[in-house]
Amino acid sequence: MSDAKIELRNVHKRFGKKVVLDGINLTVPKGESLVVIGGSGTGKSVMIKCVLGIIRPDSGEIFVDGKNVLKMDSGEREKTLRKFGMLFQGAALFDSLPVWENVAFGLIQGRKMPRKKAKDIAVEKLAKVGLGAEVGELYPAELSGGMQKRVGLARAIATEPEIIFFDEPTTGLDPIMADVINDLIVDSVKDLGATTLSITHDMASVRKIADRVAMIYKGKIIWSGTRAEVDNSGNDYVDQFIHGRAEGPIQMEVLKP
Amino acid sequence: MNVFAIIGRVVLATLAEIGALSRFTWAAVSHILRPPFFWRLIAQQMLRIGYFSLPVVALTAFFTGGALALQIYYGGNSLNSEAIVATIVALGITRELGPVLGGLMVAGRVSAAIAAELGTMRVTEQIDALTTLSTNPYKYLVVPRVVAAVITLPALVFIADIIGVMGGFVVGTQALDFNAGIYVKNTVDFLKFDDVMSGLIKAGVFGFIIAVMGCFHGFNSKGGAQGVGRATTNAVVTASILILAANYVMTSLLFAN
Repeated sequence: MSDAKIELRNVHKRFGKKVVLDGINLTVPKGESLVVIGGSGTGKSVMIKCVLGIIRPDSGEIFVDGKNVLKMDSGEREKTLRKFGMLFQGAALFDSLPVWENVAFGLIQGRKMPRKKAKDIAVEKLAKVGLGAEVGELYPAELSGGMQKRVGLARAIATEPEIIFFDEPTTGLDPIMADVINDLIVDSVKDLGATTLSITHDMASVRKIADRVAMIYKGKIIWSGTRAEVDNSGNDYVDQFIHGRAEGPIQMEVLKP
Repeated sequence: MNVFAIIGRVVLATLAEIGALSRFTWAAVSHILRPPFFWRLIAQQMLRIGYFSLPVVALTAFFTGGALALQIYYGGNSLNSEAIVATIVALGITRELGPVLGGLMVAGRVSAAIAAELGTMRVTEQIDALTTLSTNPYKYLVVPRVVAAVITLPALVFIADIIGVMGGFVVGTQALDFNAGIYVKNTVDFLKFDDVMSGLIKAGVFGFIIAVMGCFHGFNSKGGAQGVGRATTNAVVTASILILAANYVMTSLLFAN
């Protein structure tokens, strides 16, 4: 698979006795948008953090552009990280910095761009997510949740990365703002031609941003297919998840009275 | 439950904590020596750690110097108390009380603030966000705080020495009716450069302990508001105990011959 941008092979991770990733195999082809669906606590976030090197897996291999990121030295790893942008679940904006400096952070610190030039680009990126230049002077704490997510998106695309990760981009937003974010994701990704890997449990988001869909359950990828195939996957787990049923093969650990 | 199992668990947990702390300290020190350096952040931290701690440290030193003068006077032989009070206040403050009490006050103020800030950044994924923006969190967050604390603590303690001796002077001349000129002469005659210097060396080490403990507990905090609270408490407690222990070790080394 020469066109694989990201590839995970048999990745395992456990915290204490709890197995979180139990042999993940996943390939994201170049230029595609893959959405991983799964319930809370199934290992979605841990998987993404393994690719970014924030969490080190116990075993397995992770390739970015054909190179194993787990065997890189710190210099190579830093170079690889420059290809990434990420939108965090809670936006994770730096609350000590004004909005524009948040957006420009990767340019100023990572790329050593002069502050003035970086600010111009930040304002341009803010406009792309529908925010005016005056928002740039505010601090993250002064923004609503939806605006913070948009700033987070502007920050993720500011360095024009080749790969973007979206960690539950619509969680905690009202349905309309969620749709606005989905549209922005689709537009900005199309502009950049980036490869994206998203994790979500919001099916509306999946239907809008995914080229391909994979489902994670108990630390394994149990199904994958195109967006169109999701609705008739023939997989009971996927069916239960996309229709949001409490009854089915996936049993929540809820004590019945 | 088996007693040995409990003992074993405690020992293992302690060893794991010591190991994690050693690795963290090593990472922090190794990043201090390697570029890029964030000068602006170092200056900002020096202001926050050093300058804003001045009132607390100054008041502590003043009252300690005054109380020390009274104790020596009440407890000592009143015939030659004029000479003894001045000498013991000067030595006590510069060698022990200035650095130790100054260190403990700054530990309460600064370790707590660092742990709370970095802890919040950890649980809101801001530290992970730094990594995705090609910025090493050790370089951006830990190094400036450690460097600033190591530089500013000796300066703070030097000021505390002066104010502490002045506290003794004020109490001696105002409450105990000592001659001001003789008090100053006694202080200057008996105080040696080494006394002050040993205190300043201690202060540098205490600064390192304060910043590293704040950063370590902040970095490793988990579990929301409660976790950040726990990290803050642990930072202050461990920093204080380590300061007192390190003070004993350094006193026995510096004054051995």
